[in-house]
Amino acid sequence: MGRKFTAIVLKDLQLELRSKETWVAMVAFALMVALVFGIAVNPLRVALASVFPGVLWVAYLFAGMLGVGRGFEQEARDDALTGLMVAPGDRLAIFLAKLTVAFVFMFTMEWLVLPFMVVLLGEPVAGGVLPLLAVTLALGTVGFVGVGTLFAAMAANTRAGSVLLPVLLVPFSVPVLILAAEATGGVLGHVVPAVDPWPWLHALMAYDVVFLGLPLVLYEFIWEV
Amino acid sequence: MPGGGEDGPLLRAVGVAKRLGERLVLRDVTLAVPAGAVVVVLGPNGSGKSTLLKLAAGVWAPSRGRLERFGRPVSTEATDSRVGYLGHRSFLYGALSGLDNLTFYARLYGVPRPRERAAELLGQVGLGRFQHEPVRRYSRGMEQRAAMARAFVAHPQLLLLDEPYTGMDVGAAGLLDQWIRRTTAEGGGVLLITHHLDEAARMADQVGILWRGHLAAPLIEREGGDGFRDRLASTYEARFPGRRPRGA
Repeated sequence: MGRKFTAIVLKDLQLELRSKETWVAMVAFALMVALVFGIAVNPLRVALASVFPGVLWVAYLFAGMLGVGRGFEQEARDDALTGLMVAPGDRLAIFLAKLTVAFVFMFTMEWLVLPFMVVLLGEPVAGGVLPLLAVTLALGTVGFVGVGTLFAAMAANTRAGSVLLPVLLVPFSVPVLILAAEATGGVLGHVVPAVDPWPWLHALMAYDVVFLGLPLVLYEFIWEV
Repeated sequence: MPGGGEDGPLLRAVGVAKRLGERLVLRDVTLAVPAGAVVVVLGPNGSGKSTLLKLAAGVWAPSRGRLERFGRPVSTEATDSRVGYLGHRSFLYGALSGLDNLTFYARLYGVPRPRERAAELLGQVGLGRFQHEPVRRYSRGMEQRAAMARAFVAHPQLLLLDEPYTGMDVGAAGLLDQWIRRTTAEGGGVLLITHHLDEAARMADQVGILWRGHLAAPLIEREGGDGFRDRLASTYEARFPGRRPRGA
């Protein structure tokens, strides 16, 4: 199990180092979403501070969708997924490796994109809030990649996988979007009146437990036709 | 080469059936792959050959019946490093080099010194000079050679081969023949599926004919003397009137 997990994680990182397809697409997409919002929202009419966390998470989740989808797409290309399935070790290792890699890619993308978002939308982030912001980003990302990896694995076994993934994933991402955006607003302290981020973070933790646990129970069914 | 510590066949299927959606793809298939033998399943496209191999590999679970490898039930959760599987596709990653691909699979199978093993195999299949090239730049024939090397990366005792000669050049096909013979000589077993009569006649110790999910019993044994190919062709036609296998 450990050997299979490690081998797949290292292989996925190596693949990304060679192709750079996922990184470039995710970062470019997140920036594009931010840019579109920056142009569309009139700062004279709308307080950017109140929409900043929402814009941030919309950009993160849409870019994240590309990331989780790519993880299984590259396995489907030459049926490498079958090669992984017949290799010794529990299939749970495949799922956990894909989930881990998706988390690493998305979490790193979030930190790369954050400074650009701050500049584009003109909302400063104080250095003191960074640790709690990191916790918020991590919790939101775990919840998203947990359910996203499960749906990406299911979509990889279907003909219209790339179309199916967003259709399946968007409705299940709405709770993450709401909880993470509210928590981020509270952490950044831009919103008036001030919001306590902890109730939102606790709710995000509960979502993570459910949507990380559920795929671990269901993942075995996704391999069968 | 030990047969896993068990005296029975390396692979045994008893009354195996598989339903895919509404369609019953395999019905009541019974066969065994003994140590030291090449068992060929011959049948036309759509007869259920690849499904049978996927069940034997543990990709899917049978809908009914019993399937054992090395004396233990085949399970989708308990895969085995003693099995080498060569499917229709290469299972390789285009962005990685041949060496990186094979090293990855060697690591997956727990092969000691994976990079050295990968380089050794690539050299044997004639890809030594191209081992650092991304697989997406390989020709179809080169990719097949790399896929063949992948299937043998962990010194398999049971080989599951799905139409392995399709599109292969003469050199690669000859090398695969050699590796199959070496595997059986060392006590391993091979389940090879094909729709080509000549391949079955050349490689098989036993041949089963699969038609619409039914495997005709008993298997046809190679016996001393010539005429195995003709016997296969006539048996095929006798069992399925009006149908001729490719190459007949």
